[in-house]
Amino acid sequence: MMSTQTIPMKHEALHPRKAEWQLRLYVAGQTPKSQAALDNLKRMCETHLAGRYSIEVIDLLVNPRLAAGDQILAVPTLVRKVPEPIRKIIGDLSNEYRVLVGLDVQPLR
Amino acid sequence: MARASVAKKTNEINVEPSLAKTPTGIRGLDEITGGGLPSGRTTLVCGAAGCGKTMLAAEFLICGILKYDEPGVFMMFEENAEELTANMRSLGFDLDKLQKRKKLVLDHVHVERSEIEETGEYDLEGLFIRLGHAIDTVGAKRVVLDTVEALFAGIPNHAVLRAELRRLFRWLKDRGMTAIITGERGEESLTRYGLEEYVADCVILLDHRIHDQVSTRRLRVVKYRGSSHGTNEYPFLIGEKGLSVMPITSMRLDHEAPAQRVSSGISGLDDMLGGKGFYRGSSILVSGAPGTGKSSIGATFANAACKRGERALLFAYEESSKQLIRNMASIGLDLERWIDAGLLTIHASRPTLQGLEQHLVYMYDLVKRVRPSIVVVDPISNLSIDEFDRGLKPALMRLIDSLKLLGCTAMFTSLTSDSVSVVAESQAGVSSLMDTWLLLANLAYNGERTRTLQVLKSRGMPHSNQVREFVFSDNGVDLIDVYLSGNQVLTGTARVSQAAIESASIELKKRDHERRLKELSSHRKAIDAQISALNAQLEEREGAVTAAIEQENLEADRITSRIKAASKNRKATSKRVAEDRSV
Repeated sequence: MMSTQTIPMKHEALHPRKAEWQLRLYVAGQTPKSQAALDNLKRMCETHLAGRYSIEVIDLLVNPRLAAGDQILAVPTLVRKVPEPIRKIIGDLSNEYRVLVGLDVQPLR
Repeated sequence: MARASVAKKTNEINVEPSLAKTPTGIRGLDEITGGGLPSGRTTLVCGAAGCGKTMLAAEFLICGILKYDEPGVFMMFEENAEELTANMRSLGFDLDKLQKRKKLVLDHVHVERSEIEETGEYDLEGLFIRLGHAIDTVGAKRVVLDTVEALFAGIPNHAVLRAELRRLFRWLKDRGMTAIITGERGEESLTRYGLEEYVADCVILLDHRIHDQVSTRRLRVVKYRGSSHGTNEYPFLIGEKGLSVMPITSMRLDHEAPAQRVSSGISGLDDMLGGKGFYRGSSILVSGAPGTGKSSIGATFANAACKRGERALLFAYEESSKQLIRNMASIGLDLERWIDAGLLTIHASRPTLQGLEQHLVYMYDLVKRVRPSIVVVDPISNLSIDEFDRGLKPALMRLIDSLKLLGCTAMFTSLTSDSVSVVAESQAGVSSLMDTWLLLANLAYNGERTRTLQVLKSRGMPHSNQVREFVFSDNGVDLIDVYLSGNQVLTGTARVSQAAIESASIELKKRDHERRLKELSSHRKAIDAQISALNAQLEEREGAVTAAIEQENLEADRITSRIKAASKNRKATSKRVAEDRSV
């Protein structure tokens, strides 16, 4: 079953916090890179982590303060908060293989 | 807003608009850069590890807040906020308080390489957002990035990083931020990753050298576009109050020449110096072999100043403060009293504790703080381990210049070897900086050593050319009067014995004169007696003759009168006869 979600560019949990994979995507406003990152992310999560993930999108232009907390420099950055340890993946996530390696996800193929 | 405008020299055809500068607030650095760092631009501070880059950058921010009311942002990539706060607290700066007052933002950017996976295109907008947010929070005018090079380890794609850094510096300039970025010294280039390509406006290089086991810190302004600046290396010190750079002192020798005189504390010495002592603001060298009394002369000078109510500063590099006080008490100088009164400050330290330049920076700082009217440095000869350190003369030159500008009269003692000829040679270099040169020597003659003092030179006044003997008494130093015998000046026991001989002979002569006078007077008496005896004789004779003459006169009278009477009688008788005849 595929759950479709519309994802507006603001802070919103898509799944309950108790999701096994909690991912946070930091962007700086609506740019092609950030849109691409989000699209890639959604696709990958649905493919490999269906039903077990939650994505939080944080726009640093709206909330600049939050950049310090997770030590964000590059944009877009994907942070895997749970499961620990924290992993950071920078870039528009177009290299799916590396994203999966970075997130330490066993690809379901 | 604190700005200092510096106009470019007008002998250029294209005159650029004057460059505004932001004062750093760091002692000496503003002088060297002619007003501070370029405003609204980025300055690169580079140097090896441990040179003091972070310290300089942090002090730049803190002074900006405390002295010029310009809030700042410190973005650190290596230390974290607690470490920096603790380090700056040791210098007396309270970063927590500044943060609370919303004048300072400390942002620690931690880039962990292992955490990062690169999966496509990205930029470093996050950094910009963080920095922008921090700047907006406090309204910052000053920014420090320490050290941006850490990003090169964390971010895998260096091409992107470089492009973004270039963008960052432009962004800082657009926002009018005066920024310092720090970078570590590279092998070939000024910085390891070539940051100096992006930062074109001002580059400062810090250096930390070890020479003869002693460390020296130096600073150099490598480049400062649009401004003249001192291009030499300047020594600096990281002291208790932060950074201190030894500033340029008068590049032209144009300090004042006061005409007042200052007593040396030894009246005999003042007499030798034209009768009045040293010129105020002059520099005096007291050199001599061990045990000749240099420290005592220095202490006497300080003591005399304190007695007049002036402040004195004494740098002791051989003895501890307490030892000095005790030793001077033995010749009747009560230094303790002046310390308690706040007039005398003694700073004692091992000369090998710091490099020569550091000593001078410290001395300069202390002199500026205490503002004494006289300064004694005892001695200067062991300030550097190397006996013939060529750095001693220029360093001393700087110190003397700055003391003259501050109007302090300075006395320097210097240890030399025993023979007089060697003294003149070894001190020749340093002595040219001094206005007055006193030479102390111990003369061994006739089985004893006597302390002597001579004025080798004293500019601007007539001075004695004699070698004077001096002694320590319970009242300090006394100069004995010159003792000439024949064509020699005698000192010590020779003087004493010669003096005894001469005073004995004077005594003898005096007695002889008395005797002769006595003889003369008794002779006179004898003659007088003779004269009176002769006079008496004469009188007697006179008397006798007078009496005889009187007697004879009387006889003659009597005879005459008898004859007269007889003739009268005869006349009478003849008349009768006649009468008788006639009858």
